[in-house]
Amino acid sequence: MGKTISETIISEHTDREVSAGEFVVSRVDVAMVQDGTGPLSVQELQKLGMERVFDKKNTILFLDHASPSPRKELSNAHQMLRKFSKKTGAYLSEVGEGVCHQRLVEEWVNPGNIVVGADSHTCTAGALGAFSTGMGSTDVALAFALGKVWLKVPETFKFIIKGKLSPGVFSKDVILFIIGMIGADGATYKAMEFEGETIDNLSMDSRFTITNMAIEAGGKTGLIHTDGTTKEYLEERGRSNKYQEIKADSDANYEKVFEIDVSKIEPIISFPHTVDNVRKISDVEDIKIDQVYIGTCTNGRIEDLRIAASILKGRRRHPDTRLIVIPASIDIYKDALKEGLLETFLEAGAALESPGCGPCVGVHKGVLADGERVLSTQNRNFKGRMGNPEGLIYLGSPATAAATAILGKITDPRKYL
Amino acid sequence: MLIKGRVWKFGDDISTDHIAPGRYFHLRSNLSELAKHVLEDADLTFASKVKSGDIIVAGRNFGLGSSREHAPRIIKLAGVSCIIAESFARIFYRNSFNIGLPLLEADTDKIEEGDELEIDLERGKIKNISKGFSLDSEPISPFMIRLIHDGGIEEHVKKYGDFKID
Repeated sequence: MGKTISETIISEHTDREVSAGEFVVSRVDVAMVQDGTGPLSVQELQKLGMERVFDKKNTILFLDHASPSPRKELSNAHQMLRKFSKKTGAYLSEVGEGVCHQRLVEEWVNPGNIVVGADSHTCTAGALGAFSTGMGSTDVALAFALGKVWLKVPETFKFIIKGKLSPGVFSKDVILFIIGMIGADGATYKAMEFEGETIDNLSMDSRFTITNMAIEAGGKTGLIHTDGTTKEYLEERGRSNKYQEIKADSDANYEKVFEIDVSKIEPIISFPHTVDNVRKISDVEDIKIDQVYIGTCTNGRIEDLRIAASILKGRRRHPDTRLIVIPASIDIYKDALKEGLLETFLEAGAALESPGCGPCVGVHKGVLADGERVLSTQNRNFKGRMGNPEGLIYLGSPATAAATAILGKITDPRKYL
Repeated sequence: MLIKGRVWKFGDDISTDHIAPGRYFHLRSNLSELAKHVLEDADLTFASKVKSGDIIVAGRNFGLGSSREHAPRIIKLAGVSCIIAESFARIFYRNSFNIGLPLLEADTDKIEEGDELEIDLERGKIKNISKGFSLDSEPISPFMIRLIHDGGIEEHVKKYGDFKID
């Protein structure tokens, strides 16, 4: 019997042939925590007397969720992580350097790796053909110290995506469409492999948006096999020597196979308070929006900023709608600066913030008032997510977000093509 | 392991934001303070009502969302002995067993708030003492049962010096 991508990668890390359903102890290549989950990891390692890391270069502490810190408790949490970094040699990604998942794919993750992160969206890196999954603080703390993790080898759902996307429709719409179809628990415990001509034609930036949201269907990870696009991306990032072909065997065993034609889908909006509560944009009545947020590990990449800027160029936000733009990493920020995108955002009336998670996690940089509505390019719209349970969160693509900022209500981006 | 307790009932899709809201992000290094807000966005008064040994019963996809281990930790800290739901989100499931909080998957439709339950964890038997019926839960894997007996993954690693799967 052939192997899925997950079975292939986990077999390589356990030195034996594994298949779905087995419990295994696996080596780990990259392990990371962020400022919301890392302090608990450090506390647990202190309790265990195991304040050490298995590989200094590949254990990373990201200060991104509350960054720069808005209050003293969080400043103290940052200090705890900085001290741990000094003591153990673990790499510290400082305030302003960017969101963990974006930084990971830019600098650390390679095809065939096993990556564990104390953040649910660690699945993002699966677009590079890595087995990358989110866990709790204690799991990752133990991975820091021991360089390994216990895993249940997941069953896999395969999604074969076909059809050319219409203008104004992007990978964000594709993944929202899929989650709407299978539900927020439609792939619970499963690995999700995405393939097909639509995926083949997506850039790496667009692919990361797809795998980023595997967790929003309950998935353990999202995976895309490697190809020329993966290779080019690694070359651009100075890691061409790390390319290897990672794909499933043709006779691999899948629990379910979905074939989805996306040639006719429209821009999709996810309504409060669950990600699977999706609507076609043409079915959405005029809904006034108080704040638009373009950024995050889902859609804060350079391609996203280019798309948003192309719509906002020469236009301004609606006077009653705030616009917040946050590039996901410092490299993206610099590229956007060079390309003049930041100027476009500023002229459109945007509040431009330093790289990090921004208002997505409800800590700072745009907490909603009671009853306010936000249209965000992030991945999640749970009640209270953005810091106020009385706020309403709508999810969409960067194009939809830009068009919405201009008219101050949920707007079909195809209007501006 | 026998668990006995009174039920608090919740619906479907209780997220980690319901359990440990993002606006209390700054309390993440202070679990006993964070526990005062446990499940606040699903039931504002839960934290003040819950008693040691109580059982949470819910619908589908309990614990969806963030990887924050703080969510199961503050539920356990509030005294909850077990959670029964129709299904759990993956990271929450893993985190709970890692910290020694047992979860069971079962059809929870006929269990109501205030019911007294008696649970045999290894056998997967749930007895509703108040209503006089019994339910079978989905079996828990032997490794997860071992984690509960060891008192969580840290105690497990202390005991064996490693992860002991077999």
